[in-house]
Amino acid sequence: MAAELVRGQNHPLSQVRLEIRVAAGKPVVAAATLGDEHGRIHGVEWVAHPGTPTLPGLEVSKQAAADHRLAVDLGAMPEAVHRVSVLLSLPLGGDGPARFGAVAAPFVAVTGLDGTEVASYTITGLDAESAVVALELYRRQGAWKVRAVGQGYAGGLAELLTDQGLPQAPHLAGSINEAVAQGLARSVAAPPPRTPDADRTRQTATPALGPDASGSTTQGAPGAVAPQPPTSPYGAQGAVTPPSGYPAEPAPTQPAAPTTGVPIDYSHPRRQSGAPPAPAPTVPPAPPGQPAQPVAGDATGWSMEERLYNQVWGMFEDLARTMAAYRSAVDFADSRMEKELDQALSDPRSRIGGQGDAAREAAQAKHAQLVDQARAALDRDLAQLTAESEVVEPALPPAFAGWDNPVWHGYRVPMEIPMALRLGDLHLPESPELRIPMLVRLPLERGLWIDSGDESLDGSSADSHELRRLALDTAVAHAARLLAVYPAGEFAVHVIDPAGSAAQALVPLVHTGVLAAPPAVGAAGVTDVLTRLTQRVDLVQMAVRGGAADSLPPGLDTAEQLLIVNDFPHGFDDRAVTQLRYLADEGPSVGVHLMMVADREDAAGYGPLLDPLWRSLMRLTPLPDDHLADPWVGHAWTYEPALVPPGSQVLRQVLTEVATARTKYR
Amino acid sequence: MTVNMTKGQAISLQKNDGTGLTAVRMGLGWQAAPRRGLFGSRTREIDLDASAVLFADKQPVDVVFFRHLVSDDGSVRHTGDNLVGGVGQGGDDEAILVDLARVPVHIDQIVFTVNSFTGQTFQEVQNAFCRLVDETNGQELARYTLAGGGQYTAQIMAKVHRSGSGWTLTALGTPTNGRTFQDLMPAILPHL
Repeated sequence: MAAELVRGQNHPLSQVRLEIRVAAGKPVVAAATLGDEHGRIHGVEWVAHPGTPTLPGLEVSKQAAADHRLAVDLGAMPEAVHRVSVLLSLPLGGDGPARFGAVAAPFVAVTGLDGTEVASYTITGLDAESAVVALELYRRQGAWKVRAVGQGYAGGLAELLTDQGLPQAPHLAGSINEAVAQGLARSVAAPPPRTPDADRTRQTATPALGPDASGSTTQGAPGAVAPQPPTSPYGAQGAVTPPSGYPAEPAPTQPAAPTTGVPIDYSHPRRQSGAPPAPAPTVPPAPPGQPAQPVAGDATGWSMEERLYNQVWGMFEDLARTMAAYRSAVDFADSRMEKELDQALSDPRSRIGGQGDAAREAAQAKHAQLVDQARAALDRDLAQLTAESEVVEPALPPAFAGWDNPVWHGYRVPMEIPMALRLGDLHLPESPELRIPMLVRLPLERGLWIDSGDESLDGSSADSHELRRLALDTAVAHAARLLAVYPAGEFAVHVIDPAGSAAQALVPLVHTGVLAAPPAVGAAGVTDVLTRLTQRVDLVQMAVRGGAADSLPPGLDTAEQLLIVNDFPHGFDDRAVTQLRYLADEGPSVGVHLMMVADREDAAGYGPLLDPLWRSLMRLTPLPDDHLADPWVGHAWTYEPALVPPGSQVLRQVLTEVATARTKYR
Repeated sequence: MTVNMTKGQAISLQKNDGTGLTAVRMGLGWQAAPRRGLFGSRTREIDLDASAVLFADKQPVDVVFFRHLVSDDGSVRHTGDNLVGGVGQGGDDEAILVDLARVPVHIDQIVFTVNSFTGQTFQEVQNAFCRLVDETNGQELARYTLAGGGQYTAQIMAKVHRSGSGWTLTALGTPTNGRTFQDLMPAILPHL
């Protein structure tokens, strides 16, 4: 229940985040002063006014207006502040009234963020005064209270501020009036640009890709004053630098928070990642009777990347469930028909005459009808998902995009690690043309196993030599993608190729010089690489467990490490096998990942010893294979690896870019 | 406008303008009844569970309850188990969302049930209700109060079933006993 205060009355405040709303009928200036426990103002920096509208925990309008909303966060006030006085004054000059007696009694209210009134006060009895202390928020025994003051000053702001003990009062009053006069001159100003902090923050990576994605923030808050480019003491306002590596971006994104009237910014001034996300693309209203047009990024998330990630997973789940509905309906239709046919056959009466045939036909008709209905529902959902896929795919950032996506041709080395990586496509046999990107979170939680064994989907046991080559190509494509989506120098790739059989496939990696070291050949090379990586895992683990992460040797490469192992187990002794198992188990948590290119049959000699190794790796295939299940209903999904289109130079271009960036970085 | 339903009453889920509803929410809310006598402060928590059983031609095909929160087809979703009730003080404590347009074509009835998992009878439950809300605009379509609970631990609340091209809601309100929906199956079958 809102308390209507009379002059001198106080009221407890239960919230610390508040709004103070002012309604005066005529334009007035709203300001606030901060006082210490004796009510003293320490200097001009303790006054929030149109010239300096923001102080920690306090924000006032930059202009004179008939209505104001002052944002107050008492929790963010410095410890020294014990009193916040809210001042109103009539702007000097212009043709406005010069005394409060000539305007309607100003009304001030303290409200919560949701607009519920806590306390309100109508300042009556003013006459010749042109400035008034409306309210006072003050600390009393650790809790904040509000008091209705209503003390007017005929001498205007200068007199008011002098009375509050500010030595520079006349000077400050002058500068306030000047700021207000300036504000009146600029009637409409552009919304302020977002204050970018570092371009490594997530939220800058939010190009608005929808048809009318941006610009939805210009809301007319009641009594709002036109926002000005802030002259706030915080944050450099440089140009918004679009992050590299993301799809073509329209104009810099608009500020997410509506800046009209109530620009409450609770974020840390230097920590921009806490800022609200850029607005999600709005879905245009659907024409009646039709499903809404899909829009890329139509999901929750703090950045476009996260939204797209969530959208892809949403599509994945929707497809899984839609298919489950279809399959269960068809299964049901089948089982019902079977039952009905059984009944018809077992009924002796039906054997005479045409009854049996009639029953059979009826059962078949029922079956066909239900299956048709189910198919219609499935087709409707597939059409919707296909339409969504058509807008989502082109909008994907490189890490999520297929190699055939044009975004790879505009590739630039990213400044931050993406959320996830596309390892391939998933589809179901009923809808082979609808492909869902298979995104796994980064950093990788499990190693990868590119299976070069011949268990392909169609059962045709392809030439094992060919399979090995395909598996290696797949491994190179995945490794190149990992290299490309990590910032320069933050991902290192090692290769173990004991017999040198992968030389042909490894050309893109070797020639562009993106490998950490030339592929290790021979048993000695295997031992050397494995020992170094094992030591690294040991060291980092020790440091992490001992809580002494900063005491790692200075020469230690902090990048994530990927080890591509070809030709396992040839050239591996028992010790190397043990090391490999150790890396698979312990590596991912300290940034060392395995990528085995192997046929399990080759290692059959080790027996069950290696089963845990294979189980701990995520199996991927060079050819389409239905070995992956979704987490919701457990369909078998056909996986197809993300491969570079034949003849495309994109891989080489991207890797060259990576190599160049790395030299610059060093 | 809310229809306060009585046992056995059926309402069509057709909107006034003739278009069918697309999404409905079955909400369940309750509070523990105050205990008489000494040690009233020793409040006893009551765990009611809402479940939805999906039937195709009188065979149960899928069920949505606290251990299987989303039907396989994704059309029926349980918002999660509430073990104590009374959080919303009149709001829904557990809710099951049904996307009627996405319900697989062979599902023709969805039965909503309430069980007392902790075993208290409805005598110890206060202000228990079940309501059906149009999820698209938040309008309450029907409310059914678990009045006169009696010595029962379960109730078959209502069913939505296909009729023509749309769906119809029928209030059942049959008291029975059981800890989870499995125990209720024999009691549900006569209502199909």
